[in-house]
Amino acid sequence: MSDLPIFLQRNWGTFVNALGTHLKLSFSAVAIGICIAVPTGILLTRFPKAAKKVLAGVGVLQTVPSMVMFGLAMPLLGIGIRTALVVLIIYSILPILRNTYTGISEIPEKYIIAARGMGMNGFQMLMRVELPLAGSVIISGIQLSAVYIISWTTIAALVGAGGLGDLIYTGIMTYNYSMILLGAAPASILAVLTSLLIGWLARIATPRGLRM
Amino acid sequence: MVKIKFQNVRKVYNGTDVVDNLNLEVATGKFTVLIGPSGCGKTTTLKMVNRLVDPSAGEIFIEGKNISDLNPVDLRRRIGYVIQQIGLFPNMTIAQNIEVVPRLLHWPKQKRLDRTAELLSMVGMDPQQFMNRYPSELSGGQQQRIGVLRALAVEPPILLMDEPFGALDPITRESLQDEIKKLQMKLGVTVLFVTHDMDEAIKLADMIVLMREGQVEQAASPEKLLSDPVSDFVQEFIGKKHLPTNYDVESVWEIMNPNAVTIAKTKGINESIALMNKRNVDSLIIVDENRKLEGIVSVEEIRAAGRQESRIRRIGDLGIRQVPTINIHSQARDAFDLIVNENPRFIVAVDDEDIVYGIVTKTSLVKALAGVVWGDETDV
Repeated sequence: MSDLPIFLQRNWGTFVNALGTHLKLSFSAVAIGICIAVPTGILLTRFPKAAKKVLAGVGVLQTVPSMVMFGLAMPLLGIGIRTALVVLIIYSILPILRNTYTGISEIPEKYIIAARGMGMNGFQMLMRVELPLAGSVIISGIQLSAVYIISWTTIAALVGAGGLGDLIYTGIMTYNYSMILLGAAPASILAVLTSLLIGWLARIATPRGLRM
Repeated sequence: MVKIKFQNVRKVYNGTDVVDNLNLEVATGKFTVLIGPSGCGKTTTLKMVNRLVDPSAGEIFIEGKNISDLNPVDLRRRIGYVIQQIGLFPNMTIAQNIEVVPRLLHWPKQKRLDRTAELLSMVGMDPQQFMNRYPSELSGGQQQRIGVLRALAVEPPILLMDEPFGALDPITRESLQDEIKKLQMKLGVTVLFVTHDMDEAIKLADMIVLMREGQVEQAASPEKLLSDPVSDFVQEFIGKKHLPTNYDVESVWEIMNPNAVTIAKTKGINESIALMNKRNVDSLIIVDENRKLEGIVSVEEIRAAGRQESRIRRIGDLGIRQVPTINIHSQARDAFDLIVNENPRFIVAVDDEDIVYGIVTKTSLVKALAGVVWGDETDV
């Protein structure tokens, strides 16, 4: 283990490259996931009957082990970063979708009645009441999703997408513990830091009136 | 002048008529109270005015315009709406809450600010102090004051209030009732107010609309309703306490409060405290198994006993002290003399064998006097 710093120094270029790919891959997956899941979640609150079925369906998709999912995606989409991205996006959707839906559905009815009774239209209600009140629940969905995706991105190396997973698999195959560590440790640290960062952002974004 | 007119309005939910062929006219600038037992359709009636509920049949007119021809969103912005659960948005400051409708109507910033300050001052809340607070930092009474101001922000000609004070404690409720009545008279706004509390209706209303099973049972001024109930149902709903009393106040029996909170001496301390909390009293009358008076105990005494870590388990073992009593057959005047001269918290009304029947308090005295005055007025 003591040769880890030297190892890192020697493989600095490879490491930075892998880290960069890892970050790019997981953050694009979560970002695209947000763009899909938040609007869909909002839409589902308008159709509660359909919502149950959709959420159940996405839930089933989520239970497919990620290894299997990558395996299934490969014959269809080939090898490379595109396949990895598609699979990761699918995984990023559920926590955000579910939290957006529950966050908005569980807003106490009194706020909805008050908003409607004062003459807000659907869009105004969404922007001024529903999203602010469901915000912290939605953000915690994003937080959860981001943590998952950062760790699952390591598996994406299997379909040739690169990232920190590359270091781990290469390390395993060559019995090089330093290399395994060089992939695994930053991935874990990245997950924890991202979680903390999102948590902190959520806190400063919460209006004072909701913080108690 | 008629502000709101209901014409043969029906509302059917799951095959039942919640509102059944309702005809009603609400006068401009008056305080109209809808009252009735739960399920009588009063809230549904209210919600049809701002189209939160659309009628199954019939028409509703506001100033002669059929509201089904109006855009519901525009309509609601011109009608103030206050709900029992208050519903201030917790993510917005007090000022932002009050400015919800002004913003929807694109008022300029300075105009909104001035209006908010004006409204807060109107109910005696310092704008500087309250504007930037959040609802969670306010008491329930203050929150509902803001709820009312929010509804009045754009000076709507109509204000709908759905049991607005139902969740408040009695003292706060009283003061908000006074304020809303003052505001209503000052602003000349037409108020339609739902409650199930007859005292509240009598206090506030220019016209009381008593509803039963989706129809108007009687619509009349409070005086008229009290003196000329059209049916037994109305009579019963008004309740005995509001009936004209022509008897002279004579015996303790007639003026006492029969709902004295008693507890058997064998009960435990915790049970006693729970009972006090439940009935909201600060002392209990301790009785034996035959409701015979043993003494009284106050919450302070129970607390003191608790502090000493004494082994007292039963309430009867706790320092029972002598209490002023009066025989239920005595003259009420004697009870009042006792209250005025010795100033006890209350007098226990007992029979010849010390069995507890009720208590006499200062409130009983005031009520008895009010009853006499009321009786004189209605006899004329």
